[in-house]
Amino acid sequence: MAIEVRIPTILRTYTDGAKAVDGSGDTLAELFTDLDTRHAGIAARIVDDGKLRRFVNVYLNDEDVRFLDGIETKVTDGDNVTILPAVAGGMR
Amino acid sequence: MLTISETLYDQIVEHARKDHPDEACGVIAGPVGEGRPERFIPMLNAARSPTFYEFDSGDLLKLYREMDDRDEEPVVIYHSHTATEAYPSRTDISYANEPGAHYVLVSTADTDDAGPFQFRSFRIVDGEVTEEEVEVTD
Repeated sequence: MAIEVRIPTILRTYTDGAKAVDGSGDTLAELFTDLDTRHAGIAARIVDDGKLRRFVNVYLNDEDVRFLDGIETKVTDGDNVTILPAVAGGMR
Repeated sequence: MLTISETLYDQIVEHARKDHPDEACGVIAGPVGEGRPERFIPMLNAARSPTFYEFDSGDLLKLYREMDDRDEEPVVIYHSHTATEAYPSRTDISYANEPGAHYVLVSTADTDDAGPFQFRSFRIVDGEVTEEEVEVTD
């Protein structure tokens, strides 16, 4: 068993086009570090200065992790993680 | 070029007018790889702001799941500017994460006598903005 991570279109350049990849770790931070060993560069697109980037949404089993423990949210085998860039903008 | 039906065009305009003075936003989904906008999906602006928009994070997940299940992709991502021209701002460009999508901007500033209603379409790829023609069909 592993943790399945669903990758948004914009980050599939790091996964050879794969829509989902497997990873491991006890927290999201560890999971993203683990992904980065096989998909170099991907972690920096999700994490900045040890925190989740403001305009990247990460969901653990369909729950926005900002309402859990953010990057320190615990994960276990069999969990599903989804990454989705925010759809946002404004006049400035 | 963006080819869009008159019905969908009118739905975007109507949504933008209705939410004015806040920014309105949404998606038109279509079959993957065909570039044909078909399904109008107005989204809630979680920021509820005249100067900013952001899809609610829960709604965003539902939207992408649903499109995935239906073999759709976001063909058009639209939002309104309420006091400025319908041209991508710096913020719009930095958060544009769908290089395959047509970014439609409308401006509801015309309600303040700033000129005719603007409906424009752009590609935003790697921070680069390219305006494209909009063809409205019956």
